Order: sequence, then structure tokens, then C-alpha cells
Amino acid sequence: MVSGPPLAFLLVFFAAPTLIMVLASFRSPGEFGGLAPLVDASGRIDLNVDGYARLVTEPVFAQVFVKSAGYAALTTLVCLLLGYPLATLIARSAKKHRDLLLLLVILPFWSNFLIRIYAWMIILGPNAALARLVNRALAAFGADPVPLLFSAFAVLVCLVYVSLPFMVLPLYANLEKHDRTLLDAAQDLGANAWQRFWRITFPLSLPGVYAGAALVFIPALGVFAIPDILGGPDDTLIGNLIKQQFLETRDWPFGSVLSIVLTAAALALAGGATWVARRSGGASRA
Amino acid sequence: MALLDIKGVTRRFGEFTAVDNVSLSVEAGEFFTLLGPSGCGKTTLLRMIAGFDLPDAGSVLLDGEDLAHRPPEARPVRTVFQSYALFPHMTVEGNVAFPLQMAKVPPRDRPQRIAAALEDVRLTGYDKRFPHELSGGQKQRVAVARALVTHPAVLLLDEPLAALDAKLREELQIELINLQKEVGIAFVYVTHDQTEALALSHRIAVMNHGRVEQLDVPSRIYGFPNSRFVADFIGQCNLYSGQVVARDGTIVAIDVPSLGPVRVATRSEPALGSSGTIALRPEQIRIAAGAPADAPGNHYRGTVADLLYMGDVTVYKVETSGGSRIEALLANSQGGGAKFFEVGDQVEMSWPVDAGHFIAG
Repeated sequence: MVSGPPLAFLLVFFAAPTLIMVLASFRSPGEFGGLAPLVDASGRIDLNVDGYARLVTEPVFAQVFVKSAGYAALTTLVCLLLGYPLATLIARSAKKHRDLLLLLVILPFWSNFLIRIYAWMIILGPNAALARLVNRALAAFGADPVPLLFSAFAVLVCLVYVSLPFMVLPLYANLEKHDRTLLDAAQDLGANAWQRFWRITFPLSLPGVYAGAALVFIPALGVFAIPDILGGPDDTLIGNLIKQQFLETRDWPFGSVLSIVLTAAALALAGGATWVARRSGGASRA
Repeated sequence: MALLDIKGVTRRFGEFTAVDNVSLSVEAGEFFTLLGPSGCGKTTLLRMIAGFDLPDAGSVLLDGEDLAHRPPEARPVRTVFQSYALFPHMTVEGNVAFPLQMAKVPPRDRPQRIAAALEDVRLTGYDKRFPHELSGGQKQRVAVARALVTHPAVLLLDEPLAALDAKLREELQIELINLQKEVGIAFVYVTHDQTEALALSHRIAVMNHGRVEQLDVPSRIYGFPNSRFVADFIGQCNLYSGQVVARDGTIVAIDVPSLGPVRVATRSEPALGSSGTIALRPEQIRIAAGAPADAPGNHYRGTVADLLYMGDVTVYKVETSGGSRIEALLANSQGGGAKFFEVGDQVEMSWPVDAGHFIAG
């Protein structure tokens, strides 16, 4: 169980803010933003479920949640498809090269998150080589030019870009421990390359897949900076909505409601992933 | 035609020749052992039969077909790995079913095949266990069942008992002998343990530095080693080298420095003046307090320098007046005593001329 310093850490940095937020979600917005006093002028304690009611009655919020989950799921899938071969390559390369390759994977972390997003504005910009190349190809097929920037495409590309290391690292940590003899044995027993991957390597890597998927999906679910900077008008995700409630609409209680639902969804997913990983991991303890 | 033919196989790793022009053949139904110290090339040879490695020269033939272009998954041979290599995410049943699935055995035939294989290795009822729930001996049996379930032409075993303790190893040795007899599949067994090789095999190829030093049945490997290496590697052996100084029919006398002339019977006819080695097993030497009345061929006096009491037997290391050391072994069942001599005792050692084995060169 959690005890001592870790418990204190969780209390201060997770439980307390969450509690404040839960409380805020039941309060009323202040006249000029912030929160209305807990005890109003007539001496009544002002707690209500208006924010939660809005969530149910106005379908737009559910739609944004679903859209955010869709973006996050797509990001996770693309990261898995790109990260798996990369993690395999690193795990199978000579020991002396591995540290360098891992360093390259985490190298982007050395520059600022926002700067890296702005870099994509340049890469995807209308005058950049990529957009010209794509549009020239489209023109060759008689299609109209498309903007790459300020689109769902730009949001997804950047989401994949910032998330990829979080998929590669846990996958690598798992794949690196695999016993090569198992693949020799599978081959000896008649399995071809695909069967060796699908029957041996992949099932044994599932704990790494679950860990990587959780590390990619959960942050991607709450992201706001990337759609803000690279997205179009249709790319408002739940993270943007929360940010709007706090900074623009200045409706803190409703912002708290959205945050709590997001946190609950993330916790449920993390819990679910841990549970699945433990079940499948139980068999691979050898 | 032999079942498995190894013809002039050579494998080099850079400057190092792991397997050097090895030729041998394994008959159907044979328990064949590759025996040698680590680095002698036995495992490399096994991997070339399995297909994990390819020879630089020579060929591996199975039923007359050259296997060079067949990858491991397409060879009708199966390997039992030293680490067993059981799939940790599959049950015993899943592990044994795996090669059947790969071979596209119809699903309805599988349960019966799996049950039969598990029965062969006496693991009936363990179907649903995962590898981490099994003991070392049980894992080893699953590995054997998994390898045998598709009835391969040859079963390759790479030191399959090395990780087990001595008592279990002996038990599994007996099971392997019986299993091999029962299934009738040719076994090619790799080990560095000479007692294991002697106990299990129909024939043994003793390997050293990538070459086969001697290929013969166990009793001849032990009794008639054809080189100093084989004599020394297989069991304990007194080795005395010297020049042939006399020959009288089948008996030659060899002048061993520090011991004097030693007489030994041999069917080979070494020339006078040529050099040779006498290999003498400790259990062939008679050791007594006084000179025996029927003093046979060779006898020497000496002092017990060291002794090793091993329970069933005691090993005496006796130093002769010339400074030679003779190792003799006495079973402690004789006379019921624990030990017959102590360090420092004067003893007489003797052995008949037909006890030793003459190795030319």
C-alpha cells in the first residue's frame, strides 16, 4: 500500500486539488468570474448541481468528449503502429547503440513543448515544402488544394509527434527483456516470422502496450495547446473547453465539472488498463 | 543409408573453427550423444542440424535430403533447449498444442495428440498449469512433450538436464532412456557430462576442438579410449607415457620415466622405440598392504599421499619411490571397513597386463 512520503505527495498534489475542484463544481460562478461566496447574502449555503445538469441537457459537451476520445484513440493507435517497430529496432540493436537511440527518442523533450508545436506551424504552413508537394500532387489528380495547417490532420500529426516517446519507452522496456530463445523455440516448432511475432512476441509485449497506450491516451484526452495552435474551428477538444471555462467564459464551476468528468474518465481508463495488464501479465511471470 | 548424415561439416567464426570437418551418421531409433568440454563445437553442430546455423562447408542430410535450403521451421527435427524455452504466456496444453497448430493438424485431432504426449512424459493432469507453476523437472518434461508431439524424425537435446540437481537428473535420465525406447525416435543429445553420456547413449561421439576424437559405444569409449584426451576426459584415468622397449607377442613393455617398465597387452603392434601411453582406470588397480601371493603383471610399492573418502569408495593417491603418482580406487564394501589405509601407509599396487589400455603416440 501507499504510505509515508508517497502518501503525503498524493494528498498534497492530487487529493487536495481534486477536493477543491469537486467542491467548486457544486458552487455558483461569481459575478465577475471566479466563484460566488459559499454562503450568500441571505445566509444560505449555495451548493447546486447546475453544472452537472448542463452536461446532461446540452449534448454538445458529450459530443466534444466523444470527439476528444476519438482523437486520443487515433493518436494512440498511430503511436502504437509507429512505436512498435521503433521499440523493436532499439531492443534488438547492439547494446552499445541502445543508449544513443533511446537518447534520440527523448531528445525532443529538451526543447520547450510550445516551441515544438510552433515548429509544426512552420512545417505544415502553406508556403512550406510539404504543403506545396501535397497540393501539387493533388492538382495532378485534378483535386483542389487543401490547407494542412489549422486542420484535424495538423492536430493529429502533432499529437502523435509529442506522444510517440511515451509509447516507445515502455514498449522498449518490455521488449528488451524478451528471451530470444523463445523465438528460436517457436521457429524450431514450425512457426514462421509472422507466427513468431503474433503468437510469442506480441502477447508477451502486452503489458508494455497497455502502459504505452495509457501514457499516450490519457494526456492526449486532455490536450488543449495543440488544437489551440494547430487546429481549425472544428478541432475544439475537451481540454480547450475546460480552458475556455476558466479563462474566457470565466465559469469556474462548470470548468470544474468538465475537469472532474475528464479526471474520472482518465482514472477509469488507467485503472482498467492496469487491471487488464495485470491479468495478462500474470501469465507471463516466469 | 543412415537417417541423419553429417558430411564434412565445418563452421568458422572469424579465426575460430568451431566445427572442423566433422562427419558422422545417426541411425533411426538411435540414442546418439555428442560429448565434449565447453567450446568443443557440440552445440554449434547441434544448431546446424536444427538449422539455426549453416555450415561453411559440408552438408547435413536427413533421409538423404540435403537440409541446406530448409529454414529451422521447415526441418522435421525438434530441439529441447537447455533453458526449456517454454512459452510463459501459454499453459502446458498451449505449449504442447503450439507445434500442432503450426503443422496445421486438424483441431479435432489435437486433444488426443496432446494427451498422448503428456502421458509419454508422465505429466497427465498438468494441462492447465502455466510454466511458472512447474518445477524444473516438470518444465523439462513439457519441453520434451512439446518437441515430440509432432513425431519429428530426430529429436535434438541441448544439455536438457544441466539445470537440474543430481538426484532429479538421474531420475530423468532413466525416464529419457525409457521414453526414447518407447517412441523410437532418434535422439541427438549434447552434453559435457561424461557419466550422463555413458549412461544414456547407444553411441557417443567425443568431441574436442571442433573434431570428433572418438566415435563408439559407451563401453569402448570408456575401456578403449583412442587418445589421451578421451582417456582423460572420460572418467578418472592414470596416464603414463614412455617408449616401447620390449615386445613379446601381444604384450609390450613401456619404459615410463619415474615408474620403470610397465607391461600392457595390446593388439596393435607398436614398433620398438616408438612412444605410447598407457591408460589405466583407478578401479583396475589392486591395492594391498603387502605383496599379494599371485603378483600379476605389474606391481609397485608406494606411500599413500592423499585420500578421498567418498562413502561408497575411497580414492587413494599413492606416490611411488620414483615420484610417480598412481590413483587407485577401492570399494568400501570390501570387509565392511570405512577406509583401509591412512595417509603415510606403505602399500603395494598391482594390475594385470590386460588391465591397461595402450594408446599409440
